[in-house]
Amino acid sequence: MSFDQSDVEKIAHLARLAVPDEEAKKLSGDLSRILDLVAQMEQVDTSAVEPMAHPLHMTQRLREDRVTEENHRELYQSIAPATENGLYLVPRVIE
Amino acid sequence: MHWETVIGLEIHAQLATKSKIFSGASTAYGAEPNTQACLVSLGMPGVLPVLNGEAVRMAIMFGTAIDAELGRRNVFARKNYFYPDLPKGYQISQFELPIVGPGHVDISVDGETRTIGVTRAHLEEDAGKSLHEDFHGMSGIDLNRAGTPLLEIVSEPDMRSAREAVAYARKIHQIVRYLGICDGNMQEGSFRCDANVSVRLKEHTEFGTRTELKNINSFRFLERAINYEVERQIDLIESGGKVVQETRLYDADKDETRSMRSKEEANDYRYFPDPDLLPVEISDTLIDEVKATLPEMPDVRRDRFESEFGLSGQDAESLTASREMADYFEVANGIAGDAKLTANWIMGELSAAMNREGRDIATSPVTAELLGGMVKRLADNTISGKIAKDVFEAMWNGEGSADDIIDAKGLRQITDTGAIEAIVDEVLAANPEQVENYRNAPDDKKGKMIGFFVGQVMKASKGKANPQQVNQLLGEKL
Amino acid sequence: MMHEKTITELAAGLQAREFTSVELTQHFLDRIGTLDEDLNSFITITPELALGEARAADARIASGDAGPLTGIPIAHKDIYCTSGVKTSCGSRMLHSFTAPYDAHVVSRLREAGAVMLGKTNMDEFAMGSTNESSFYGPVKNPWNRDRVPGGSSGGSAAAVAARLCAAATGTDTGGSIRQPASHCGITGLKPTYGRVSRYGMIAYASSLDQGGPMAKTAEDAAILLQAMAGFDERDSTCSETPVPDYTATLNDSVEGLKIGLPREFFDAGLDEGVRKSIEEAVDLYRSLGAEVREISLPNTGLAVASYYVVAPAECSSNLSRYDGVRFGHRCDDPRDLEDLYNRSRSEGFGAEVKRRIMIGTYVLSAGYYDAFYLKAQKIRHLISDDFRKAFAEVDVIMGPASPTTAVALGEMADDPVSMYLSDVYTVMTNMAGLPGISIPVAPVEGLPVGLQITGNYFDESRLLNIAHRFQQNSDWHKTMPEGV
Repeated sequence: MSFDQSDVEKIAHLARLAVPDEEAKKLSGDLSRILDLVAQMEQVDTSAVEPMAHPLHMTQRLREDRVTEENHRELYQSIAPATENGLYLVPRVIE
Repeated sequence: MHWETVIGLEIHAQLATKSKIFSGASTAYGAEPNTQACLVSLGMPGVLPVLNGEAVRMAIMFGTAIDAELGRRNVFARKNYFYPDLPKGYQISQFELPIVGPGHVDISVDGETRTIGVTRAHLEEDAGKSLHEDFHGMSGIDLNRAGTPLLEIVSEPDMRSAREAVAYARKIHQIVRYLGICDGNMQEGSFRCDANVSVRLKEHTEFGTRTELKNINSFRFLERAINYEVERQIDLIESGGKVVQETRLYDADKDETRSMRSKEEANDYRYFPDPDLLPVEISDTLIDEVKATLPEMPDVRRDRFESEFGLSGQDAESLTASREMADYFEVANGIAGDAKLTANWIMGELSAAMNREGRDIATSPVTAELLGGMVKRLADNTISGKIAKDVFEAMWNGEGSADDIIDAKGLRQITDTGAIEAIVDEVLAANPEQVENYRNAPDDKKGKMIGFFVGQVMKASKGKANPQQVNQLLGEKL
Repeated sequence: MMHEKTITELAAGLQAREFTSVELTQHFLDRIGTLDEDLNSFITITPELALGEARAADARIASGDAGPLTGIPIAHKDIYCTSGVKTSCGSRMLHSFTAPYDAHVVSRLREAGAVMLGKTNMDEFAMGSTNESSFYGPVKNPWNRDRVPGGSSGGSAAAVAARLCAAATGTDTGGSIRQPASHCGITGLKPTYGRVSRYGMIAYASSLDQGGPMAKTAEDAAILLQAMAGFDERDSTCSETPVPDYTATLNDSVEGLKIGLPREFFDAGLDEGVRKSIEEAVDLYRSLGAEVREISLPNTGLAVASYYVVAPAECSSNLSRYDGVRFGHRCDDPRDLEDLYNRSRSEGFGAEVKRRIMIGTYVLSAGYYDAFYLKAQKIRHLISDDFRKAFAEVDVIMGPASPTTAVALGEMADDPVSMYLSDVYTVMTNMAGLPGISIPVAPVEGLPVGLQITGNYFDESRLLNIAHRFQQNSDWHKTMPEGV
């Protein structure tokens, strides 16, 4: 199965990864080989099989509706790259 | 060409839980930026979501109220995309298996009732907010709102006019407020309507290309936005163009819709079940509990107000517009014992006073108990209608209950025939000329002239004489 | 020597006041200072914190309030958030990240009185089987400095093997505790999925990740697991199954134990020397009264393929939060939002992580979900069924943890697919959510070999028991690499 140049671009964009041209070729080769490995899955017919999302047959536990968190903005923002007036800064978001 | 409009609405109702859907951070409105953004809200490495049971209960309440199939086994899924107000780079939502399945609501436009289908409703988390004020060319992100529970309610494309769309939106608004699951504040963003609009020629069965309208924060704007968009699409098609499937923002100042730049390239959300959460099972016990504690819904309550209290359809509709109003009426009427009178006072004086001061029924100084007490005194003739207005004003100003005020100001109506007669006699004696004029006047002028004597009697009795008796006695003596 | 003692022995020594926790801690810190420059098993060493914890432990011991782990110096894989301490996950992306909170596992071990020496090296974001993808450089196998220690918990494995700590924590998503334990000649346990809370354990693949102990002996691993296991309300996937006393049953007899050997694990792909060591180990169990039979896990051949769909898919989403906005690496002077994302992420992530994000994004993308992700989840079901049928016949399943001993540094670094294929024996356990342990058996040409034992759901007690019985009748776990 092949993962060509345009696949690389499209997927890289979805994943917000910049792939410089020098790397793109090797990357598409690696990914193609991985997809070949993955293609082994086709050896088995799973049309009658249910997917298994979780190993255990548990259902979601529900939490009580209570406020349990306090304000720790200073601590949490002490590790932030860019903040001002308590806000996280990012390049202008255009709507 | 005969065009038909097709509208579907997507409503995001912020659920009124105390804490967020997947964490114990507060959902209170108006806090300083990022002071209600806990580790989970911030998407810190290593943290995990835990589901708020109240959000589940509220969704079930909604599903029950719209007579919907419930998703007995529903699953949370990740909707993957990048945006600064989305800390994890994915939104936890529901995709293939939502908590509420197909249901319906009835709307009424121009006296005609129609049933509008609801395709589904699902739970998801809200994103944060981007503040576009200039921080040296940067935007500021506040994640207080990130993680607040939302119920996304999707209608079938059953609406055929902007008015129907508004009626539907108002209906859903009324339902969620009746259930107490959402405060429905469109300005604050706790009730958001997006409209999907398309047109087609009346004979056609296929749907035309639709556009999605966003940034609508009032019912009035909803109607305008849809109307503008319908016209735009028709004009476009009639002049040979094609409608592009896109998202458009409504601009309230210019009353037009505009295509959104940049944000909308076809987004591949790569939905898959969230592996940090397990399937949610809705038990029979939970469903029974919700059914048992569901409040009386607006339509049912309105019908009951008509049958039980003998109110007109219109009055019943007005009084049950909101649950608070309906509750107020029932409490007040329970004390007053006169439904029509109570209804009139609520829809008249009380509403006027609230409007004047920009208050709502929850912040009215005249509580249901106070109003009920006053209407009771009116109904039992202790005070006259005119006096009642003064009493109301006094209650509004915090001077106590109706009885307190009546006693304090000696406002009891004079109903003693003898006493009134005495005053009438005095007035007639004091105004011989007017009496003469009245007696000599033609019949059709008498109606107006008697008003003078009524006024004098009322003045002399400081407004306390019973008006009916005054009129009767004057009629006899003149 | 202190660093050769087991946790049980150290606890006794502390109790008898033969030495203090401060002395013990300093001893390990000194060893790290001397030996780790070469091994590179630690990313962060926390001497002041450690000595502070050691003093507190000594006070507890003096007041008679000590437990089996009080005062015992351990290391945490750098995937566990440690409050106020750098937590890098082996990545440039979190190079400057100081965790603002403690992982559940970290809190539990601290409450038990364990002393944290530092954070160990690992494959970047737990993706890898050789510990060569770390931003902080590869870890060397203490048994042979030209060899890899295994991965992704290579730092923890090497540190325990080199006696730089009494024990360490690791995580296992596709074999990342068991395989490095095998390559470094130590004991490593991956518990049942949901046995140990994942809160604070930086996520790679949410439905596969599980934290566990890495130690010199099964008994030590049992003591550590006792502190780590149990319900945590902050992790929705954490089980409420009661935690048994893991040390109480360590000495149970293995007479009549039914052992299954999957024929698929002993095919041509298995190195001859490794096969011999495994067979010898199984013979030891026979001599202790166990019954051995051949079983089949027919879908073994699909395990790696399906794992490398599920894990990348989940990781591609889990790693989206690394965007340079709230924490972690941010590129200089981003031109616009897209540039912020693209460059911060590309600069922050290494090659293997990027590959897996790309594969994961691809298999979830429109049009491919059914063919890949859904299909892989169905194969998961088949694999679980294979195990279920097997456990109807046998009590435990044994085999190698890895088809070979440790490969040379650099040998697999550029060949992802070969590296993936070497995970064949371990990934199935994660896909089914079962527990598995690796214990050292006879080495091959001086390189350690691990016997992998897989048990049924929540059967950690039995795994630890039979591992312990093996160690009572052999010495492999007592051997140390030269020069440490």
